[in-house]
Amino acid sequence: MPTRTLTPGTDVVERALVVDPGQRVPGRAAGYPLRREGPAKLTGAAKYTDDLVFPGAWYGITIRSTEAHAKLVAIEPDPDVDWSKVIIATAADIPGDNIVALKKDDQPVLVPVGGEIRHHAEPVALLAAPDRETLRRLKDRIKLVTEPLPAVFDPEQSDHVFAEYEVKQGDLALGFAGADVIVEGTYRVGHQEQLYIENNAMIAVPGEDGGIIIHGSLQCPYYVHKALKRALRLTSVQARVIQEETGGGFGGKEEYPSMIALHASLLALKAKRPVRMIYERHEDIIATTKRHPAVVRHRTGVTKDGVIVAQDIEVVMDGGAYCTLSPVVLSRGVLHAGGPYRCPNVRLRGRATRTNTPPNGAFRGFGAPQTEFAAEMQLNRVAEKLEMSPAEIRRRNVYRLNDTTPTGQVLRESVAGEEVLEKAVAASHFERVRKRTARESAERRGTGMIPTAVLRSTERRTADGIGLAIGWHGAGFTGSGEVYLASVASVELTADGVIRVLTANTEMGQGTKTVFPQMVANELGVPVDWVEYAPQDTAEVLDSGPTVASRTVMIVGGLVILAARKLKAAVEARNPGVPFHEAFREDAKANGATRIDQPFEPYPGVTFDDATYLGDAYPAYGWAAAVATVQVDLDTMEVLVRDVIAVDDVGKVIHPILCEGQVEGGTLQAVGYATIEEMKLEDGRYLNDRLATYLIPTSLDAPHIRSILVEAPFSGSPHGAKGVGELPMDVGAPAVVAAIHDATGVWIHDLPATPERILAAMHGDDGHERPLQGVMAEPAA
Amino acid sequence: MTAYRFLVNGAPAEVDVPGMRRLLDVLREDLALTGTKEGCGEGECGACSVLLDGQVVDACLVPVCQVEGRIVRTVEGLSLAARERGSLDTLQEAFLEHGAAQCGICTPGMLMAARAYLDAGGGPEDDAIREAIAGNLCRCTGYTKIVDAIAAVATPQD
Repeated sequence: MPTRTLTPGTDVVERALVVDPGQRVPGRAAGYPLRREGPAKLTGAAKYTDDLVFPGAWYGITIRSTEAHAKLVAIEPDPDVDWSKVIIATAADIPGDNIVALKKDDQPVLVPVGGEIRHHAEPVALLAAPDRETLRRLKDRIKLVTEPLPAVFDPEQSDHVFAEYEVKQGDLALGFAGADVIVEGTYRVGHQEQLYIENNAMIAVPGEDGGIIIHGSLQCPYYVHKALKRALRLTSVQARVIQEETGGGFGGKEEYPSMIALHASLLALKAKRPVRMIYERHEDIIATTKRHPAVVRHRTGVTKDGVIVAQDIEVVMDGGAYCTLSPVVLSRGVLHAGGPYRCPNVRLRGRATRTNTPPNGAFRGFGAPQTEFAAEMQLNRVAEKLEMSPAEIRRRNVYRLNDTTPTGQVLRESVAGEEVLEKAVAASHFERVRKRTARESAERRGTGMIPTAVLRSTERRTADGIGLAIGWHGAGFTGSGEVYLASVASVELTADGVIRVLTANTEMGQGTKTVFPQMVANELGVPVDWVEYAPQDTAEVLDSGPTVASRTVMIVGGLVILAARKLKAAVEARNPGVPFHEAFREDAKANGATRIDQPFEPYPGVTFDDATYLGDAYPAYGWAAAVATVQVDLDTMEVLVRDVIAVDDVGKVIHPILCEGQVEGGTLQAVGYATIEEMKLEDGRYLNDRLATYLIPTSLDAPHIRSILVEAPFSGSPHGAKGVGELPMDVGAPAVVAAIHDATGVWIHDLPATPERILAAMHGDDGHERPLQGVMAEPAA
Repeated sequence: MTAYRFLVNGAPAEVDVPGMRRLLDVLREDLALTGTKEGCGEGECGACSVLLDGQVVDACLVPVCQVEGRIVRTVEGLSLAARERGSLDTLQEAFLEHGAAQCGICTPGMLMAARAYLDAGGGPEDDAIREAIAGNLCRCTGYTKIVDAIAAVATPQD
């Protein structure tokens, strides 16, 4: 593989791009609170779900389909087995609706006999036993009798549409008529696995009231709560969900935990004892949701000056076998499909369809990384046609203040596209490095010494390249989503004088437990250690919405700040002339508890029409840029991403280290998406369904990442924050693929840019227009 | 079954289990040391990294019969002296201050790999640190802050 060590004389990439180890400053967290649960995580004391002990608990497993589409005729336990020592649960044991409640009522908890199996690894029956050895022995002794049905695997061929949208502005025909150049392109992206390192895990404990208590690894306690109530016919009190320490989510623990919690609960209710449902990696990969694959087609009209005058974009997403969150993923994908560029004549169309593959769902970026990859690729190809720098064409088209988006939204504030672009270009010496890589590329061409490696000269077996991408990410839920959610967050001064923040928003590594107390302490003027964060337990906290969509700090954080301000005002009103930090303890003794429940109120002036898809699709947008440098091995076409400069406008940085952590982690997930992460399917089944075969970047694959944080505050939230989690995921992949083009001269239209795809592109076998002509034209001397 | 005896974090342990039982299960279930995590069960992710006679091993791949008479160190034993003081050792402190732990599930294994690297005299060089933790997957951090934290400890303090 390409070596990382920099060799003097051959290192074309500017040193400025390499994060200097000298920048490390020990003790740099000074001034900001340390991760609250950090010491527990660092000593092994933190309890994740599988670390919890429930005396007498049994183990549960799921019996899954082995076909992509079939009728379930019968479930037949082997008559030679004594089944009296274990518990089997099927759809017949479900007391309520056999539905995993989410957007549409199409996904069963377990496929019923007589029902339809719609994807490989679909849950059909459940088995619980006192020990795992019994489970291992018996799980293959339950036979599923099925009748195969024809399956659909191509989302473009499917006639079942989960959702479709069309957004239009201006006159497309007129726009294309006025264009000097028209470029068309088709881009494809595949599944991506979230690959949190902690597998899904749920423990269900029967309650004394006939209800169930769930302890689990999850992002959204109230999603699970809702699912339990519906399928198990429980009251809000009987269903109780407690989030335990959660080892990563990235969207992957948004919706599927409802399914697992229901399975564990069915077994626990039948066994009348706690049941542990802890997935192994293989099961987690075959069964749980992935990022939606997509096909994106672009037709773009530009003037010879590089001004975009027409964009016609069509997005098709593969929803998998059930609807899950596909309509909202598609919606975000379509709304971001044009990229962060003004265009007077635009049509954005999208549809998400059903296939007989495991359902796809939430993953960091939520539809936007797919369509923004396509948008950036397309713009780069336009720039190449015009012989214009990738930076310059972006400069000429990026949204500025008071520009209008395809939904007719006027960007009245907090627009930082230009700023992130210029910062990334400057910090990376983009134009200078590009000149150098172009010169090297010209020198390399034509030597033709190695017939199978068209770009290989005798001197160097690697080529360097640099690539740029910019993007935008709508902050919070799409359209009227936040209004429907109606979140409530609370701050309480207890009768004992303890200050507590109460929300349903979970810590899964991103820092909720640290920044919420930090924001409240800041408002109240008390040390951060004086502020507690209540557990994410539906019996204790109100529904402040899911921990998704980069909304936690922006939306819920805003509510928490407003609640803290009201608490401060209430205490100080009762104690005239005494500041909160001096008054609150005595105040609690004298007046008892004071609790402020702060509901979400729509941002003034922000309106969206769900029927016409016109209006303010998001209250504000975050803006991001990434510059990547790569080294491509010209014999093997293996890509090493060496450096990424990530510039992200988050509105307001609450905690610089945690914020950088989000940027760095998101950037690496995008690098993986761009280069190595690929899920291969055969007959609707994932082929590389283990961690040995689905690869994610190691420390040696990871680039040096330098994050530059930009603050263009949003006036609607009290702190100005717009969220950070998803932003870096939108721009990393197109930056890497642009850099691969800079190094090799070929465009990789389909992610990931594997060596196989790069080789195919170089030989013109990838089915795409081949921009690089005549590489072999000059014969060897 | 046979009883297997070994040292865990400085204390003698004896377990009477099948010899092929994974060290990971022995630690987590028989000895209640749940700081060591399972991520993949096939030696790919390194979440279950522990030190066996000072060498980093994946506890999911080591049968307990191979541990007889040997010295095992887990995250719980990373800083026995510091823990008695109710504080963290310098490596844990560096992880905390640099933001090297996010979701925390890879952290115990990462700390053990880092400990082995530092104990072997590893320095602050970026390439060497990345090589030392290449068997430990992290999906949260992008590794930057982990490398920074280890380098901070490896850098001789004046």
